[in-house]
Amino acid sequence: MSTASTPASTPPKKGGLADIRKVFGGGQSSLRQFGILGSLIVIIVIFQIWTDGLTLSPTNLINVVNQYSYILILAIGMVMVIIMGHIDLSVGSVAAFTGIIVAKSMAEWNLPWPLAIVLGLAVGAAIGAWQGFWVAFVGVPAFIVTLAGMLIFRGGNQLIGQSTTTPVPQEFGVIGAGYLPELALPLAFNVLTMLLGVLGAGWIVWNEFRLRRAQKKLGSEMAPVWVSVVKVVVLAGVLLWAAWLFATGRPGTSFPISGIILVVLVIVYSFVTNNTIFGRHIYAVGGNRLAATLSGVKDRRVDFFVMMNMSVLAALAGMIFVARSTASGPQDGNGWELDAIAAVFIGGAAVSGGIGTVIGSIVGGLVMAFLNNGLQLIGAGADVVQIIKGLVLLLAVAVDVWSKRQGGPSIFGIWSNRRKAKLESEAPVEAPAVAPTVASNESSQPSDLPR
Amino acid sequence: MSAPPILEMRSITKEFPGVKALSEVSLTVMPAEVHAICGENGAGKSTLMKVLSGVYPHGTYTGEIIFRGEEVQFRDIRASEQAGIAIIHQELALIPELSITENIFLGNEIARGGRIDWAAAKLRAIDLLARVGLAEDPDTQIKHLGVGKQQLVEIAKALAKDVKLLILDEPTAALNEDDSEHLLDLIRGLKGKGITSIIISHKLNEIEEIADEITIIRDGHTIETLDVKAGGVDEDRIIRGMVGRSLESRFPDRTPHIGEVFFEVRDWTIQHPQVPERLVAKGSSFAVRRGEIVGLAGLMGAGRTELAMSVFGRSYGNYVSGTIVKDGREIVLKDVESAINHGLAYVSEDRKQLGLNLLDTIKRSIVAAKLSKIAKRGVIDDSREFGIAEDYRKQLRIKTPSVEAGVSKLSGGNQQKVVLAKWMFTDPDLLILDEPTRGIDVGAKYEIYTIIQSLAAQGKGVILISSELPELLGIADRIYTVFEGQITDDIPASEANPEALMRSMTSAKKKANA
Repeated sequence: MSTASTPASTPPKKGGLADIRKVFGGGQSSLRQFGILGSLIVIIVIFQIWTDGLTLSPTNLINVVNQYSYILILAIGMVMVIIMGHIDLSVGSVAAFTGIIVAKSMAEWNLPWPLAIVLGLAVGAAIGAWQGFWVAFVGVPAFIVTLAGMLIFRGGNQLIGQSTTTPVPQEFGVIGAGYLPELALPLAFNVLTMLLGVLGAGWIVWNEFRLRRAQKKLGSEMAPVWVSVVKVVVLAGVLLWAAWLFATGRPGTSFPISGIILVVLVIVYSFVTNNTIFGRHIYAVGGNRLAATLSGVKDRRVDFFVMMNMSVLAALAGMIFVARSTASGPQDGNGWELDAIAAVFIGGAAVSGGIGTVIGSIVGGLVMAFLNNGLQLIGAGADVVQIIKGLVLLLAVAVDVWSKRQGGPSIFGIWSNRRKAKLESEAPVEAPAVAPTVASNESSQPSDLPR
Repeated sequence: MSAPPILEMRSITKEFPGVKALSEVSLTVMPAEVHAICGENGAGKSTLMKVLSGVYPHGTYTGEIIFRGEEVQFRDIRASEQAGIAIIHQELALIPELSITENIFLGNEIARGGRIDWAAAKLRAIDLLARVGLAEDPDTQIKHLGVGKQQLVEIAKALAKDVKLLILDEPTAALNEDDSEHLLDLIRGLKGKGITSIIISHKLNEIEEIADEITIIRDGHTIETLDVKAGGVDEDRIIRGMVGRSLESRFPDRTPHIGEVFFEVRDWTIQHPQVPERLVAKGSSFAVRRGEIVGLAGLMGAGRTELAMSVFGRSYGNYVSGTIVKDGREIVLKDVESAINHGLAYVSEDRKQLGLNLLDTIKRSIVAAKLSKIAKRGVIDDSREFGIAEDYRKQLRIKTPSVEAGVSKLSGGNQQKVVLAKWMFTDPDLLILDEPTRGIDVGAKYEIYTIIQSLAAQGKGVILISSELPELLGIADRIYTVFEGQITDDIPASEANPEALMRSMTSAKKKANA
């Protein structure tokens, strides 16, 4: 395999900023996500100043996590659906439908709550299989299938719940309103929360170390040591600070259980989309379905599982919401699909499919969450909040579309694009092609320059 | 020459972020001539035409354009069309669901007060179709026409706009020899009626045949303008200008080492996916030996691609009958995955639609057809992936700063190398290459030929589908001809000549190799 005689090609230089960008996954969409991360920081800082430090107070942060974790969970599934070039409008209704079944199962059949959760996930899987069947094997567009699902399962919720609220037992509340428990230690902060923070920070350090080792082994170019150190210190610092805020809130509160569920899902799904064959197949089918099928990808199977997965996550989100509000009602989950879709597109996914990442969608969702939260903190009404959220969605995608037309992947990417182009022109001149008589004179210039 | 030029482009410079696509390019075109622009892929031909036709509006480039004696500054394509410049792109811009008439007058409707006069439009369309020599009902939907006919509709559309200067970007790239010949005749006919044409083509024999003048562009610079009428211009002369040196041989030398028959298709019959009565393959049988390059010649629509794709895991049409025998055993390939696992590879003629995911990186594209090779329990090994991509980059000389770059950033030739790498990575025993050098410049073609030959030298079988007879004669060891879904002849390349091949490609002469 190895032909180590010639030097390895070097990936594009990765400087400080570009390196941090790498944390948000590789691929061509990462520039956009990097820009969105910047927007998130700006939004948080603005509201932090505007609200006199209320935004980043422990109570408020806990509130944001509790209030938005289920939307972010939906965004994880939705980004996969959107990468496939589909859409799922039914998630809010599926969440509500699952919610009422789980609530009834505990209230009327006295099902223990862990079993109720399993039942809820099974209901989600069944609904997902139903929708996946129509999308993948009958070929009805997902937009139509899930529009129908939106009506069917909303109606189902109201039919089963008789359009009234059904309360759930208090123990069930832990997944929606529970916190990491306090350990019996004489410390003035929540030990488990801090422990998780330290573990996370340790993982960041270890991961960077591993990355550098891999780069060294492959002979690809490495960022300077100081860049790695700055990156690790900043990321670990932010994480530890956040952990500290969560750990030092009102007694009895700490990092919410729903947040833990979210973090676990983000890690699992980032891994699935980036590092597994199934993940590759999602991007392959979404990017070019015909080419994917001619490469042996069973596109319908991928369609089916992605749609099914979305409904399972919707069921989970529904249960978390019911747990938090201690009852299942007929209006649960109204409009969630739109929040989840907005989060995915703000997070850099392409309407035409093939592009998007889990992390990007989470950051997109957090932009919406902090915007919503900040506006509420400064006393804006629900009407104004909706208008501003709508404008932000429009603006985020418009900036993306506009900058693509200008020839860069995003306005945030323009400077780094210039650098890359410069590097391309500096690319090592290779030995003449196979036969010296016909040395290919092809320039490194792309054949289809961006319009 | 006494008449003033119809078009002068002076010192055109066009930059993209970080790339100077054109620098100080000049072009002078005389009225009622056919002016060819030659250059390798990425030389700047298409960019120059996009500047001329207003795709890149005035202000995004420097230099001046003088058209019919006046300086023009086009804001968009519409402005250039109004001035009488029409561009026909490599990728056809027709709407498949609309009829010929509707397409011809799209954006240029014959209307009074906003109401379209369809009767008048249809009459005009019939007239225009006659001018381009297309015998079709103007109500026919575009999707029912072949590429060659669509090309003619495009030209009719340009004529409807009272065009003075027609720009054709690779007009014959997707056409077979018959259709190409017809198109070239048409261009000649238009010239007789005073319409000037600029033609961009990689097919140098056509250029030589049709062009009055040839401007050669290399790396964004004008190299020279050759006057064909003055004589002394032939393919070698043009190639010398394009690559900056002369080309001794277009095909690499090779001594074939041909082994036993290891792959056979017998009595293969396939239905059209939509029209079951139509058989796109009728009892076709063919065989491939180890280390052999087998050509598949046929006109557009003869069913070569359909035959190949249906063998490759039934990815085209409905299977009716036929067997596949590999290494003495009958195999059933129900889907693409099983075809890949049985050592088949199919490199599509349509690189951008069927061959690559243009959103992906080089690295990820190369391993895409056999991810299981670099994965353990469904989890992909990143460093192996990078290492493999690097190996292919070196082996096939894919020109890129990094395997992490997007495939959309590569030139056509390098994209094709990525596709070849992708299929080589699946360890195939039989590679079916469908028009592997389409739209690729001369230098890169030579490299692709070398790769094909090295694959054969490793004992793999290669089926080469090509519309260019010289390519088949230069590369293949044996050539099958296909006509209307049937294999009509089986000729060793050493005994074949273009005339004999063409005869078998146009008539059901005999059933060979039954």
